[in-house]
Amino acid sequence: MTTLASDVSVQVRRFEVRPSELAGDPVAARVVREAKSALGVEIDSARTAKCYIVEAALTQEQADRVLQDLLVDPVLEVGVEGGAASAEATVEVWPLPGVMDPAAQTVRTAIAELLGVEPGSIEVTTGIRYDFIGVSTDDLRSVATQLLSNPVIEHVEYSVWTPTELAHPAPVDQSVRTVDFAGMNDERLMQLSKDGHLFLNLEEMRAIRDHFAKLGRAATDIELETIAQTWSEHCVHKTLKAQVRYTEAKSATPVIDFAKIPGCTVHSDGSVRIDNLLKRTVAAATFELIEDGLDWTLSIFVDNSGVIRFDDETAVCMKVETHNRPSAIEPYGGAATGIGGCIRDIIGTGLAAKPIANTDVFCVANPEQESLPPGVLHPRRILTRVVDGVRDYGNRMGIPTVNGAVHFDDRYIGNPLVFAGCIGILPIGLEKGDPQLGDLIVALGGRTGKDGIHGATFSSGELTDTHADEFSHAVQIGNAIEEKRVLDAILRARDAEERPLYSAITDCGAGGFSSAVGEMGEKIGASVDLEQAPLKYTGLRYDEVWISESQERMVLAVPQANLSALQTICDEEHVEFAVLGTFGHADTDGNPELILRWEGSEVGRLSMPFLHDGVPMPTREAVWGEPQSSKAAEQQSGQSSSVEERLLARLADPNTASKRWIVQQYDHEVQGGTVAKPLVGIHADGPGDGAVIQPARSSRQGLAIANGLSLSAGNDAPDSDPYRMAIEGIDECVRNLVCVGADPSRIAILDNFCWPSCDDARNMAALVRACVGCYNGAKAYRTPFVSGKDSLNNQFRYTDQQGNEHLIEIPYTLLISGMGIVPDIAKAMTSDAKPVAGSKLLIVRGEGDLLEAGPRTAHLVAEFIANHPVLAAHDASEGGVLTAAAEMLIGGHDVALTWETHLEAFAEHPTTYLLQIPADLESVALAHFKGIAHSAGTFKVGETGLDAERFSVSDDDLRRAFFGTLDW
Amino acid sequence: MGDRPQALVLRTAGTNCDAELCAAFELAGADVKMVHVDRLAEDPTPIERAAIIGLPGGFSHGDDIAAGRVFAVKLREHLGNALRAAAERGALMIGPCNGFQVMVQAGLLPSVGGEQELALAENAGGRFIDRWSRVEADADSVCLWTKPFVEGEYSQEALVLPVAHGEGRVVPRNGQVIERLASNGQIAFRYAEEVNGSVDHIAGICDPTGRIFGLMPHPE
Repeated sequence: MTTLASDVSVQVRRFEVRPSELAGDPVAARVVREAKSALGVEIDSARTAKCYIVEAALTQEQADRVLQDLLVDPVLEVGVEGGAASAEATVEVWPLPGVMDPAAQTVRTAIAELLGVEPGSIEVTTGIRYDFIGVSTDDLRSVATQLLSNPVIEHVEYSVWTPTELAHPAPVDQSVRTVDFAGMNDERLMQLSKDGHLFLNLEEMRAIRDHFAKLGRAATDIELETIAQTWSEHCVHKTLKAQVRYTEAKSATPVIDFAKIPGCTVHSDGSVRIDNLLKRTVAAATFELIEDGLDWTLSIFVDNSGVIRFDDETAVCMKVETHNRPSAIEPYGGAATGIGGCIRDIIGTGLAAKPIANTDVFCVANPEQESLPPGVLHPRRILTRVVDGVRDYGNRMGIPTVNGAVHFDDRYIGNPLVFAGCIGILPIGLEKGDPQLGDLIVALGGRTGKDGIHGATFSSGELTDTHADEFSHAVQIGNAIEEKRVLDAILRARDAEERPLYSAITDCGAGGFSSAVGEMGEKIGASVDLEQAPLKYTGLRYDEVWISESQERMVLAVPQANLSALQTICDEEHVEFAVLGTFGHADTDGNPELILRWEGSEVGRLSMPFLHDGVPMPTREAVWGEPQSSKAAEQQSGQSSSVEERLLARLADPNTASKRWIVQQYDHEVQGGTVAKPLVGIHADGPGDGAVIQPARSSRQGLAIANGLSLSAGNDAPDSDPYRMAIEGIDECVRNLVCVGADPSRIAILDNFCWPSCDDARNMAALVRACVGCYNGAKAYRTPFVSGKDSLNNQFRYTDQQGNEHLIEIPYTLLISGMGIVPDIAKAMTSDAKPVAGSKLLIVRGEGDLLEAGPRTAHLVAEFIANHPVLAAHDASEGGVLTAAAEMLIGGHDVALTWETHLEAFAEHPTTYLLQIPADLESVALAHFKGIAHSAGTFKVGETGLDAERFSVSDDDLRRAFFGTLDW
Repeated sequence: MGDRPQALVLRTAGTNCDAELCAAFELAGADVKMVHVDRLAEDPTPIERAAIIGLPGGFSHGDDIAAGRVFAVKLREHLGNALRAAAERGALMIGPCNGFQVMVQAGLLPSVGGEQELALAENAGGRFIDRWSRVEADADSVCLWTKPFVEGEYSQEALVLPVAHGEGRVVPRNGQVIERLASNGQIAFRYAEEVNGSVDHIAGICDPTGRIFGLMPHPE
């Protein structure tokens, strides 16, 4: 490599690349469409250009080569150095300094390779230019700020932008700051917590004060930050692990018998004490099932994801996370880094799993909103941008996104929910890893920057209308290709020799190095030299290096002997590599200790037992009172209207309507193993219940993936018991899996609770009831929970123009995600009606106690699918059985249905399945289902649509309703 | 080993359909080797030994700048001679999806060493699309890769393939390009339905010898 010519001075050049007339400009056309549909702004015409600012010492000849040989496509594009004159109005969108710009990194490396020079001598930033004709100045500003950019990560220019130089952060003062707790009263403790964005409560601040008093010294900044990260709700789940005192209003027939739950103590006054909510409910169900003989879980609740046996050689694992707060403020980056982080959880499971599928579930407000509270993005913008984020990250990683859901409810207006899931595969024997004394702490992947500082603590508090300003640094943009390189390198290091080149691996998630190293070294201690971490730029203090949540980083524990082999792999895969320190350090009493140094000087020293077990766990109060009159009363829409109208309204409801525009943007085929796809039927337009993938080409066994999402109709509505909600969520997840061919005795599930603040005793009681529902449900269905996560404080507080304060709580929301074994992929099932004349529609509905009827019905349906030539299976959920039957027709082709039942068409019941079976199977089926199945209709071939004695709906009308609502 | 032809699959950062392409070559009876393009730049010998060269799908280098651009520049700058030599001695080459985008920009299609005559532009719909499409093999094409779908074993079967791309719309430099490709028998595959706005519904093309084939759908 050479350096750039020394006689040429560093200079900023701007390159602009515009689509030629020949190519057209689909991006510009989309902006014009979206400006009209989202903002009501009419634009006559628009054009786009990709822009690059390059700061380097280039000769003119080199600059010309960069433009012509790298940046411009000779057929499609025209490139210029500088900026073309504005036609009428120009908007340019550029990333703020320090914000991840993946394209700039690629361009920089590619220029260096093209010219044969060092990439270090080149700086690049990339932007996009829009030229508009026929738009007013006001409209231009609203398009620029509401459609094209987000001020949290980008700056907007209204003319051609050519800076004189790119921002280079100055070095910072690295002196150690200390906090002397001596004599600090409660008020000052809380002020310190608030000013430092520690999000710690008074009990916790007192515990820290007392700890340092015992040590007889002041605390350093980095020590406080480390404790705050480790003790954050996000990392330690202190609400779910807390001791709870639960009481409920006297009722004639209590739904839950707490006396039957081990670990719950019922006192004489009727109150219940639960010593650790998560352990006694969600986790206890799994451990009781294992004790009862369930033998296929391999690693549960202890690692970054839950691992189960797939076959004799292979294990599969799954994790689902939420990324709600960042997605509320910057939906694109929030969703992308959400899925990126979840993928890293899979890579960081055991001794590394290979990600094989992604899932995503979004909860947003209804897309038609007239006015919005201050500080809130429009739900339509949130949804389109979170979809963009998942698409760009998942597709680039080469992981198929195979399953998901979207739910619309206005209570998500200030606090949308973004769930991202990932499934991985790993060889049996690699499902556990532990760092060994003397192992080196090795960081792999992306460099560390200021991005994502305070993400863990930020995600643990409630959102307010000023959070976008205060916490913009917690928001990040992902770089999927960096993560793909890391994945390629790690899988090589895993499989290079008999055993992996490392003894443990984890990802840098919330809390960055502080959480990753802190958790890996919990039992044996660690010492860290922070200046060894590769940085994106100067200007980071040592404590920022330690807690930054910069994406795409993994931490490995590597034996000395394997270091050079690992280094070689990383070099070959262009993955950056740094040794940060060593695992294994104890204080004089033998307690593992964490030592932090900066350029040789100690800046922090923390006892691991205090860090991991020192967080006070006060008793949480939970009161399940008399339900209030419901604020969100169930609207029985159009009771008086005809069946046809009601059916079409149900199909057009955003919660039922086709999500095809989302699904088609995700690659669900990559890796070549997707058997049952998210869209089903010969034209791939029917809604599937779940996906089936073939994880290992050598096996005919498949893995089904599905979910069940439940939310409360009203958080204090009388019919909305989170206990029942949880069981119904499990039921729905199981039904979805059974409908695609899964064996219900081989289903593992995951819980994701999204709740409003649990400082509110009713919300806490609702959480208790949901957890008990999970316990009873998991045991009844014999579906062990293998992993889970909670996101609390999902509520939005704002002040309106009159100065009144408002609080919007999200509905209690529980996502149950599941994976189930499909014994033979040839028996995978889809929901689209098949064109078989005279075939029958069978409705199967378990009767009686859900905990008994749900599992029994699931097994009966699965047995029937496994042993008979069933044509289609579908679960009935929102919109009841008639809506479900219509969905089967929409996925079908050249097939019609005569509806022949008096079952209530739209009533929603759990445990309801629709099966399409050949006519000659009807009597066998009715006998098999012993009185819980009804023949509900007959399919005809050569016709389309749905008819009955009293109504008929054409196929066109069904399709128009189903596809029209969300055809964005 | 022995009689089995050697297939070489090239990969780089962001390649992600490599496993499928390798599996497809193995199923078809080849011995497969996968090599990072940077290793080949240091030592191109594996290219000299390969009977078949595959450029897999994916998002090479994030598809930053444009889909396949950086991978194509790497091939052009470091492996241009080696690939030309391979083509001259009759090696087969295939590039599905990102591989097609790379081949067009690296000077492998529509003819080896020629100027870039066509491009794969952003889909007419302005966004990434994943769906299945019916694809028809052109009966007049010289393409060796699509022969089985024109005559012989598979000629009666409908060919339905997954497509998954954001930039798959074929745009020629000028009108004569498509005419010439058609008269040379270089248009191998067409979509039987509207997918991405591609001119003449073109889904895949080959070089004049029929040995080098690029296509947007994923046959692997």
